[in-house]
Amino acid sequence: MFQGHSLKTAAGRHVSMTRFGAPMPRRDPPLPLLEVQDLEVTFATDAGPLRAVDGVSFAVDRNRTLGLVGESGCGKSVSALAVLRLIPNPPGRITAGRVLWKERDLLRLPARQLPAIRGAEIAMIFQDPMTSLNPVFTIEQQLGEVLRIRFGQGRRQARARAREMLATVGIADPDRRLQNYPHELSGGMKQRIMIAMALLAEPDLLIADEPTTALDVTIQAQILALIRELQQRTGMAMVLITHDLGVVAGVCDEVAVMYAGRIVEHAPSAAIFENSQHPYTRGLLASIPRKGRRKESRLATIEGVVPSLLEPPPGCRFAERCPRRRELPEADQRRCRQVDPELLPVAGTPNAAACHYPCSGERR
Amino acid sequence: MQPMTEPAAPPPPLLDVRDLRKHYPVRGGLFATQQATVKAVDGVSLRVRPGETLGLVGESGCGKSTLGRTIPRLEDPTAGEVYFAGRNLAEARGRELFALRRQIQIIFQDPYASLNPRMTVGEIVREPLAVHRRGRRADQQRRVAELLELVGLSADVSDRYPHEFSGGQRQRVGIARALTLEPKLIIADEPVSALDVSVQSQVLNLLVELQERLGLTYLFISHDLSVVEYLSDTIAVMYLGKIMEIGPARAVFEAPAHPYTRALIEAIPEPDPRRRVRHAPVRGETPSPINPPSGCVFHTRCPYAVEACRGVVPPLEAVDPARRGQADADDLHRAACIRKDEI
Repeated sequence: MFQGHSLKTAAGRHVSMTRFGAPMPRRDPPLPLLEVQDLEVTFATDAGPLRAVDGVSFAVDRNRTLGLVGESGCGKSVSALAVLRLIPNPPGRITAGRVLWKERDLLRLPARQLPAIRGAEIAMIFQDPMTSLNPVFTIEQQLGEVLRIRFGQGRRQARARAREMLATVGIADPDRRLQNYPHELSGGMKQRIMIAMALLAEPDLLIADEPTTALDVTIQAQILALIRELQQRTGMAMVLITHDLGVVAGVCDEVAVMYAGRIVEHAPSAAIFENSQHPYTRGLLASIPRKGRRKESRLATIEGVVPSLLEPPPGCRFAERCPRRRELPEADQRRCRQVDPELLPVAGTPNAAACHYPCSGERR
Repeated sequence: MQPMTEPAAPPPPLLDVRDLRKHYPVRGGLFATQQATVKAVDGVSLRVRPGETLGLVGESGCGKSTLGRTIPRLEDPTAGEVYFAGRNLAEARGRELFALRRQIQIIFQDPYASLNPRMTVGEIVREPLAVHRRGRRADQQRRVAELLELVGLSADVSDRYPHEFSGGQRQRVGIARALTLEPKLIIADEPVSALDVSVQSQVLNLLVELQERLGLTYLFISHDLSVVEYLSDTIAVMYLGKIMEIGPARAVFEAPAHPYTRALIEAIPEPDPRRRVRHAPVRGETPSPINPPSGCVFHTRCPYAVEACRGVVPPLEAVDPARRGQADADDLHRAACIRKDEI
């Protein structure tokens, strides 16, 4: 089921008390597992405050995978880090928004309650496995720690479980690998161990930030197949952050495309690839050399550069580079440059786009 | 004089690599004695005709970058020959080597690391002219301006430093520097891998345009098959130091003969949700190059492997049995697999 993009107001909700004592709105249908609302992350720089994430909203439920895609600097990783309050402060700060996790706002939770969620209910894996593996402990010690903290398991029990999980993620000779230190393993193996570590906690949500970008294609295919299989088995929700639209097509149910700190398009996966509504999404898709493309026909490009987030333009952030804008009458072009487009549903499509003149169809 | 109606003989290859080997000793123990040998490049032969692109693909550790460094003698080969415009680079020395190398230039993956941060863009592009003492300073500066415009930057950026540029612009600077001495052959080692897709397509288009305008010959090294397919006339697939398959790009992509090439092509995630890769096409990881498998080096991961694959090193021979005799033809589609005719 595809989650709506227009976020409903509190109207119609009734308020109840949660276990943590904070009054929380409740509504029908129930809240999704994770709902991020109007998230804003600001970094202090020498040149002034830079809003890396500017009003981003998305939701994900059990058994579902949301892809956050975009090019470097679009804010996709920062959005994901903000969910777990992992933004380095200083220089970064979450300046607005809510992160509703099982009806609690993680951004307002006392810090001492976070460890019970991080790495337990919500696990995260990164592109570089060495950011998550400690070089001075063996694999067994590191996997065991997860099980001890999360489930209070003893050494023997943890060891059996860890061995089982290593086999599940496709590591040959798990007994030997448990005794290895991270540097003794190949990149693909470390990535599998990181996934094993994330999954041992049996998280409800896995946030994966470019989990296969550093790997060879044949290993990437193995890891993606593994993640899909485990998701089917456990029903965990997933947020996959990537720049690779091929990976997105292979794994995600729905996709949010980010540009310059904003979500510019959000739609079910098929609708993004077959009938995207935002000119930026179209530009990205056209830039990829696909199977069968030859140099006799030039690749599409997106001319120009991303605007500075220190002083974003008042209107659409993509307007300056937008090929579609250039075809519009003067008055409409002015609207693109001056009026900031909201992320709204496009009539006749399942897509939401932040564009005054979406590629096909009208704005609802 | 030859009559005009005579069909023109195909031009001789600009680059003709024959049985090239680059082995590295692995040392260890108390006296740093040689313990083993890594055969990073192990008997590679290939040819590139002038004005064409040979795409060299393979996964990490297959030896493609070592091959790219051994051809212009940034590494000395262990054995084999590298004929460039008819002269053997592997044996050239002194002035001859210096003169030959001028005609071969390299573009690297990382435009952040391959440009000196203390030099202006103008100095970076001019440096090869100074090293090779080409023209006077004013001429050199004119040439720099010309080159910057050729790669889509404006001449007035020459006083700026690399850190002031985006990744795509820096790669353009790297390309301008490579073109300074009017090379014939460009070896591009993962030139677009560090770039975002929209920028990547700009740089790829630039490379195609420059090839058409200047008649350049490319050896294009990449792990990204879609990029290689887009750019190449001929494709060579490497695995553990050896060529597994080589041939015209279309033939290799449309009718891959080697199981490894098939696996690579199948593993590319396509931006099309209806064509999801359901299962990983091969299991396991590339074995260590220190102790490669016997026989066919791919047999440990190959879904088609039979007993004989452990024992026999398969020759790289024509896929089409009718052409098995013509081992030398440049357009030949060849694969190193004993089962290529059955699978």
